Amino acid sequence: MKEEHFQKQIDTEQKIEPKDWMPEQYRKHLIRQISQHAHSEVIGMQPEGNWITRAPSLRAKMILLAKVQDEAGHGLYLYSACETLGISREKLVQQLHDEKAKYSSIFNYPTLTWADMGAIGWLVDGAAIINQVSLQRTSYGPYSRAMIKICKEESFHQRQGYEIMAEMAKGTPEQKTMAQDALNRFWWPSIMMFGPQDSESPRTGNAMKWKIKRQTNDELRQSFIDKTVGQAEIIGLKIPDPDLKWNEERKHYDFGEMDWEEFWNVVNGNGPCNKQRLAHHKKAHDEGEWVRNAAQEYAKKQESATN
Amino acid sequence: MNSLIQYTLRIADSSLILGQRMSQWCSNGPTLEEDIAMSNIALDLFGQANGFYEYAAQLDGSRSADELAFKRNEREFFNHQLSEQENGNFGTTTVRNFLHDAFNFLFYTELASSKDETLAALSAKSLKEVKYHLRHSSNWLIRLGDGTQESNMKVQESLNFLWQYTGELFEMDEIDNEMLDEGAGVDNNKLRKGWDEIINSTIEKAKLTRPVDGYMANGSKKGIHTEHLGFLLAEMQFLPRAYPDAKW
Repeated sequence: MKEEHFQKQIDTEQKIEPKDWMPEQYRKHLIRQISQHAHSEVIGMQPEGNWITRAPSLRAKMILLAKVQDEAGHGLYLYSACETLGISREKLVQQLHDEKAKYSSIFNYPTLTWADMGAIGWLVDGAAIINQVSLQRTSYGPYSRAMIKICKEESFHQRQGYEIMAEMAKGTPEQKTMAQDALNRFWWPSIMMFGPQDSESPRTGNAMKWKIKRQTNDELRQSFIDKTVGQAEIIGLKIPDPDLKWNEERKHYDFGEMDWEEFWNVVNGNGPCNKQRLAHHKKAHDEGEWVRNAAQEYAKKQESATN
Repeated sequence: MNSLIQYTLRIADSSLILGQRMSQWCSNGPTLEEDIAMSNIALDLFGQANGFYEYAAQLDGSRSADELAFKRNEREFFNHQLSEQENGNFGTTTVRNFLHDAFNFLFYTELASSKDETLAALSAKSLKEVKYHLRHSSNWLIRLGDGTQESNMKVQESLNFLWQYTGELFEMDEIDNEMLDEGAGVDNNKLRKGWDEIINSTIEKAKLTRPVDGYMANGSKKGIHTEHLGFLLAEMQFLPRAYPDAKW
């Protein structure tokens, strides 16, 4: 009965709210997905944070810092959305540190030049938006509302990233080389952000039935590629895929095979920065412990003084 | 270089360098909320720096705001030595900023009534932000000072160390005096009383001890700095220096 009522709510596009009954599997799926999303925002601060102190102009510095700060803010909304499912932020962070929770693999690639700030904004935020626009219609109310808020800021980030790429692509020969190199390095990891192919994605079934996901990995990936090809052409950069070409029949771009071995390696912890990203997060967390303890202790003293 | 440009650059430099330090906290904060707060402060400081550099550039006529920030060397920077001190632990940053924020609050309050309209307007705008910065750093100083024994010891240690950089905040040189005479600048000596009041009352609430005055560093008005500034600039200025023809 409960299950039927729940499915009816989903089928008639009514949002599921924290106090509504939901199947345990639905709750689990959401905790996994939302926390992974929150962790991605927070770990994603690192590759861009790597260039804040070296941004080449006052304006670039402010834009980048504001962007990374937005990501921290997204992390906060998402942790809060996740907490409505009955799990604490502390526990979620613990799962991250224990490597039980994942974050987007894209952040396990290093940012080597300033052009990477452009490539991340343009491609990584671009891919994230495609996914997040779709998630605005997700069935869980708090997640859907967080996505609506986040999407507004992400599209701004994508434009700023594209602007960096465009500026560099028309700059000095060295800048153009940097821009092309960043595209070469970030292209494949970006299209892998949509996850494994539908035929290999074990969780798509229920997620679609419960409308947690509204479109499949392959549909989203195709939509991203179709959008991005033209943007690269406009600024005179070449997408590093020899098999990329317009398919008139499908009305979509065909594209080459992704390196799935690399994909699974990075997902499973064997990417160029997996260990560093996690170590950085743990270090900040550990070094902040005495501060959190002090704040707690102070709050306790204040409380007992007013009682 | 005329006095007004020099005076404006000093203000801009302190904001930029402290902003640069604060931006180093990004992704390293003790909580996500605090990470966001520190980025916010850094953004305010960069915005302030940008405003004062734009004014200096306009007066100078030959260099842009970005050139002033990215193309001058260590000995041509005039930020307070306090602002360039390393972040250390979160308590060190709290103490450094608190000492600086208290000064800035009083300084901008005075400069907001400068006869130079641009300096006055930039100061009034900065003052709104600095009030928040001071509240943030004082609250944390109290929380850490009156938190655990460990946190109390840590901030006391930072306070003892950083105290040597507070003396030069109040110094007056020929440029300050000229600006003061024209009704455009601030009498830094006069700020000391207000500063002492803020420092003493907050230190008391934080259950800390005010350090005894000992060696006091000075010289930033003449471009004399601690050894940290060179590294900070090398990192910050790397791209515009390595690719002088590039626009970003």
